[in-house]
Amino acid sequence: MTHRRGPAFWAQLTFTLLVCALLVVPVVLSMLAGVTVNYFVGIKSGLTLKWVDEVWRLYAETIGLSMQIAFACLACTLLLGVPAAYVLARKQGAVARAIEELLVMPVAVPGLATALALIVTYGGFGDFRRSWLFILAGHVLFTLPFMVRSVLAVLHSIDFATLEEGAASLGAGFIQRFVHVVLPNCLSGILAGSLMVLTLSMGEFNLTWLLHTPLTKTLPVGLADSYASMRLEIGSAYTLVFFVMIVPSLILLQILAGRGRPRSEQ
Amino acid sequence: MSGSFHLDAVPVRLRRCAKTFHGGVRALEPLDLDIRGGETVVFLGPSGCGKTTTLRILAGLERPDEGGRVFYGEDDVTALPIERRNVGMVFQSYALFPNMSVAENVAYGLRVRGVPKAERRERAEEMLAMMHIADLAGRRIDQLSGGQRQRVALARALVVRPRVLLLDEPLTALDAKLRDSLRLEIDRLLRALGITAIYVTHDQAEAMALGDRIVVMSKGRVAQVGTPREIYHRPADAFVADFIGTMNRLPAVAQDGRLLLGRGELPWSGPQGRIEVLVRPEDVALTASGGHVDARIAATVFLGDRTRVVAETADGLTLTVDAPGRTDLARGDAVSLGFDPARLLTLPE
Repeated sequence: MTHRRGPAFWAQLTFTLLVCALLVVPVVLSMLAGVTVNYFVGIKSGLTLKWVDEVWRLYAETIGLSMQIAFACLACTLLLGVPAAYVLARKQGAVARAIEELLVMPVAVPGLATALALIVTYGGFGDFRRSWLFILAGHVLFTLPFMVRSVLAVLHSIDFATLEEGAASLGAGFIQRFVHVVLPNCLSGILAGSLMVLTLSMGEFNLTWLLHTPLTKTLPVGLADSYASMRLEIGSAYTLVFFVMIVPSLILLQILAGRGRPRSEQ
Repeated sequence: MSGSFHLDAVPVRLRRCAKTFHGGVRALEPLDLDIRGGETVVFLGPSGCGKTTTLRILAGLERPDEGGRVFYGEDDVTALPIERRNVGMVFQSYALFPNMSVAENVAYGLRVRGVPKAERRERAEEMLAMMHIADLAGRRIDQLSGGQRQRVALARALVVRPRVLLLDEPLTALDAKLRDSLRLEIDRLLRALGITAIYVTHDQAEAMALGDRIVVMSKGRVAQVGTPREIYHRPADAFVADFIGTMNRLPAVAQDGRLLLGRGELPWSGPQGRIEVLVRPEDVALTASGGHVDARIAATVFLGDRTRVVAETADGLTLTVDAPGRTDLARGDAVSLGFDPARLLTLPE
């Protein structure tokens, strides 16, 4: 196919590339800054992993805590969210639909407000307030709707009630039906929801900034801290570490979302 | 096609089974029904007539209202949910599990019953061979055609040797030609297995072809229970007469051993007075002259094996008449309609 492209095509391409550059260049520069010996001298000062090393020395704990909170948050949202989505999908009434709508509330309310509410309500329980579980509670509150919605979308797209009746007719009790039939068939929703929860919990700043104590700093809080009080190169190296941790899960999320679509059309 | 596979013929009884849904909607009026062991009973009716509700009560997917009882043989299974009734069920949408292969779907009932893996595979393969789909064992469900899915669903329902086989509009989702061939196959299968089968459909041709007896339902009530011939030739009421096949309904006057049909008359020994007589299109003789009533052709539809003719009498009565396929008539032609008094029906008042 030899097809001569007109000037409009080249104009559009140029514009698109410019927009891409506008978005990508700062990211690349920031990451580059993290491996540059001296950012103010520029790239000619040489490349180094010294800053990444420094970040690891200073902030390894925040990275560890972020991972710990993210996976604990995932466990909580799986245990609470999947059954909740199942119950919501089974119930036909207006109450269930209203709850479904209310589920987006924690997303709509600013994280700071949610965090303040948590502090006002539970701040008095000192041990809880000081432990990482306090941040976990905030994260679960924030990410649970994403898990429920993701699973609910798959459940609505398959006729799981009839599938369950089919399993029941073959002698399967409730637990068997749930484990053999319901769970495997909403796996794509559970996976997508899980990646979403992990990614959101990892990057959550608004809530966490208010909920954390000096001893319970997470990665994004540490990042803000390092930009505020450290060399620019350290903050940038920190960003690089954050990227390396979060980008694979984002890519996986996109792949899963792409795979989920054609299946749900059937 | 069944080989040595044969199942027990368990009779099924319904006693005073009614169903009222939330909000007081009565889906089923109290129903008593005896289904003999090994019999195929078809529930037939338009949508919303209560046939699916009845099937779901029989299956254990719904509980009848207080006082209703369901018996499989001598066992009162009313309180048992479907998973403890040992039934086989085929759903309109097949309800095959997309997360399992064909073989795993068929073996699922055995897996739930704790049958060892080797025996499970053997029995599933035997069942797939019986349904002529042995080569599909490893396929995923979304790689199957509608007809293949239907066979898998039947194999899956039968492998557990159910006491009763329940089929909920199993052919509705298929195209006409496939429906006809699968209908014949299901018919042969049910006879060969000797299983008690309960089949729900809104398609009268399917009901006629498959049912030892047909239960015609309307608005939550049983309109008539009978063999296909009884239902067709001796409908119990106007609903059954209209719902099954095509029926001409003609106003007539019967007196002194004569039946007056417009200007025509014929000998009559049935009920007297102003009555309505019913006659099937194939029971009216279409001749050039010498019949009982003169008429003109209003329309003809050539159907290959027969020609369906709409005739209008001088008195304004319209009749649908079936003539042989080679009959060559045109709109406006004069004809004479002949009736056999033995084939005229009247409905009980």
